[in-house]
Amino acid sequence: MNTAVKELDELVGREYKEGFVTDIEAETLPPGLDESVIRFLSGKKSEPDFILQWRLAAFDRWKAMECPEWAHVHYNPIDFQAISYYSAPKRDEDRPKSLDEIDPKLLETYNKLGIPLEEQKALAGIAVDVVFDSVSVATTFKDKLAEIGVIFCPLSEAMANHPELVREYLGSVVPPSDNFYAGLNSAVFTEGSFVYVPKGVRCPMELSTYFRINALNTGQFERTLIIADEGSYVSYLEGCTAPMRDENQLHAAVVELVALKDAQIKYSTVQNWYPGDEEGRGGIYNFVTKRGACRGDNAKISWTQVETGSAITWKYPSVLLEGNHSTGEFYSVALTNNCQQADTGTKMVHIGEHTSSTIISKGISAGRGQNAYRGLVKVLKSAKQARNYSQCDSLLMGDRCGAHTFPYIEVKNPTATIEHEATTSKIGEDQLFYCRQRGLSEEDAVSMIVNGFCKEVFRELPMEFAVEAQKLLGISLEGAVG
Amino acid sequence: MLKISDLKVTVDGKAILNGLSLDVGPGEVHAIMGPNGSGKSTLANVIAGRDGYEVTSGSVSFMGNDLLSMAPEDRAREGVFLAFQYPVEIPGVANIALLKEGLNAARRHRGEPELDALDFLKLVREKLKLVEMKEEFLSRSVNEGFSGGEKKRNEIFQMAVLEPSLAVLDETDSGLDIDALKTVAGGVNALRSEDRSIILVTHYQRLLDYIVPDKVHVLAQGKIVRSGDKRLALDLEERGYGWIDTAADAATA
Repeated sequence: MNTAVKELDELVGREYKEGFVTDIEAETLPPGLDESVIRFLSGKKSEPDFILQWRLAAFDRWKAMECPEWAHVHYNPIDFQAISYYSAPKRDEDRPKSLDEIDPKLLETYNKLGIPLEEQKALAGIAVDVVFDSVSVATTFKDKLAEIGVIFCPLSEAMANHPELVREYLGSVVPPSDNFYAGLNSAVFTEGSFVYVPKGVRCPMELSTYFRINALNTGQFERTLIIADEGSYVSYLEGCTAPMRDENQLHAAVVELVALKDAQIKYSTVQNWYPGDEEGRGGIYNFVTKRGACRGDNAKISWTQVETGSAITWKYPSVLLEGNHSTGEFYSVALTNNCQQADTGTKMVHIGEHTSSTIISKGISAGRGQNAYRGLVKVLKSAKQARNYSQCDSLLMGDRCGAHTFPYIEVKNPTATIEHEATTSKIGEDQLFYCRQRGLSEEDAVSMIVNGFCKEVFRELPMEFAVEAQKLLGISLEGAVG
Repeated sequence: MLKISDLKVTVDGKAILNGLSLDVGPGEVHAIMGPNGSGKSTLANVIAGRDGYEVTSGSVSFMGNDLLSMAPEDRAREGVFLAFQYPVEIPGVANIALLKEGLNAARRHRGEPELDALDFLKLVREKLKLVEMKEEFLSRSVNEGFSGGEKKRNEIFQMAVLEPSLAVLDETDSGLDIDALKTVAGGVNALRSEDRSIILVTHYQRLLDYIVPDKVHVLAQGKIVRSGDKRLALDLEERGYGWIDTAADAATA
């Protein structure tokens, strides 16, 4: 296991280094958003005209939309005219000069995760000398994928090289009119990944943003599109356990998944954006729209997420179960500590016959953290014999935090079977004492109990990711008890 | 091994132990008996270091160290073990995972190398036999869905793995049928040794038929009112705790 983690660390290291050699043209747009900004963004990447038209239409709709206020989170209104929608990478002289200028808490976390010093600098946005490794792992990796016909590249590259796929699927799961932030993203998205797995191909390795070449993996308005053609399989990993700083406070990404007949997509996320300091200052707002469509019979989409970062998380990875016998799954661990707020959950929309969905949500609140589960299970009239099982468990640590559950169930077909279970528990003094009496320190005891609570979700994660996620949870909760 | 002098303890301002003294030598097995509310479980919890008990005077020394100043985990690593009266359930945490963490924490504390997964598995398999438990027991979540008897056997199993110098068994016999009681007692007897002291906290004489103590103490109203050998336990059974209460009242008066 250690070797695996080490390998992962090494790979992560390489990607960060590479991240600093991308996008050489230096230009920055002044803050503000109008049509000319969108034309500039589209021109910058020499996008096909249909993309520009799509962006402009999205922008027109967005202007008429209102910022949603139903989520159980609180923040000051965002001024969308005060954001710059294109900025070249920071020049070295504008970056922090050394680790001395970085929040010591962040450094402490890096050390606990065992991240090498040079990599810490890269994560914290410090200028580092980079030597480009021409025979990089990423290149080898890409060649291997090309052999079996898997396309894995930045979305901008896909728009140039595979316009027919982009035209067919972009916005087909999350249309620009879907919601306020998806609309904004559709108008101004700048980076993201594209994956296409051909018919009958089982992608032999986990695809991960770590391996994506020449793309900063932390775009403010990222857009990811994954298509699994008939009978194919792909597992995609997003994120990083190391907390990353970012100059942009608002992140509004869109992820679209399309699984055709008999195809399967497994999408795993470990999200650890900077949560802000203990008072919540400077943390990231993570407003994401993630949705998958099972567009053929027997298709399957699984979302697994471990959310420990960000000041505010607003995220509902969902599945549209269109094909008969298709399956949707959502496994989630969301942790809020200090002043973090999370409103997260899923939507399972049953359209085809004999469709089934499973929702396992584990919310952990500590400090003054506020954690809400919000989920919708919708069974349309067409969905004969649909099944859903939902389980939402909340764990509270201390008496200043909160857990909230908002399950919505709409059933239009009487043959559906819907089960919902919910529990709320406090981490027990009895459990802690029991573990300490067996020799565990208080912090190890908390970590063990919390990891036990999350076990059903962790076992859905790829092995290395699961190991990292457990470690991360322990670190994120340090000092939360006692 | 363990020396308790004039221990006074309150819970929520209410006096529970009123000047208890007890001396347990290496290798000795002491039984502490007494009616409900006499302070038996309080004594067990204070030795293990549970929160919520205020020691107002007296001292507890364990192998020459001041036990009361140590954190619960440090007491455990030094070799103090408590078999809980009500073992708590910890969902999702495998029995074996908790034990491995605990044992290795103690080994680090003693400056010994940690056991790797293979050696550890070998050790626990051996110890499982003591309490007649199947191997699937190891991968189940700690006490989750265990029957009363399984929970108690699990406590003795953990004791066997951790090999403490002092084991306090808090009402380990309660809720056991006769077969389970024999199994548990057999496990405890197998763990008796010259360098391990055991304190049996119990309400009933029955347990002492199977684990024969070197000394029996009777606790009433927060202090030891009578000590003797195993015959004292038999007397108690015959005459009931009412007799002791009268004796305690007389002592206080």
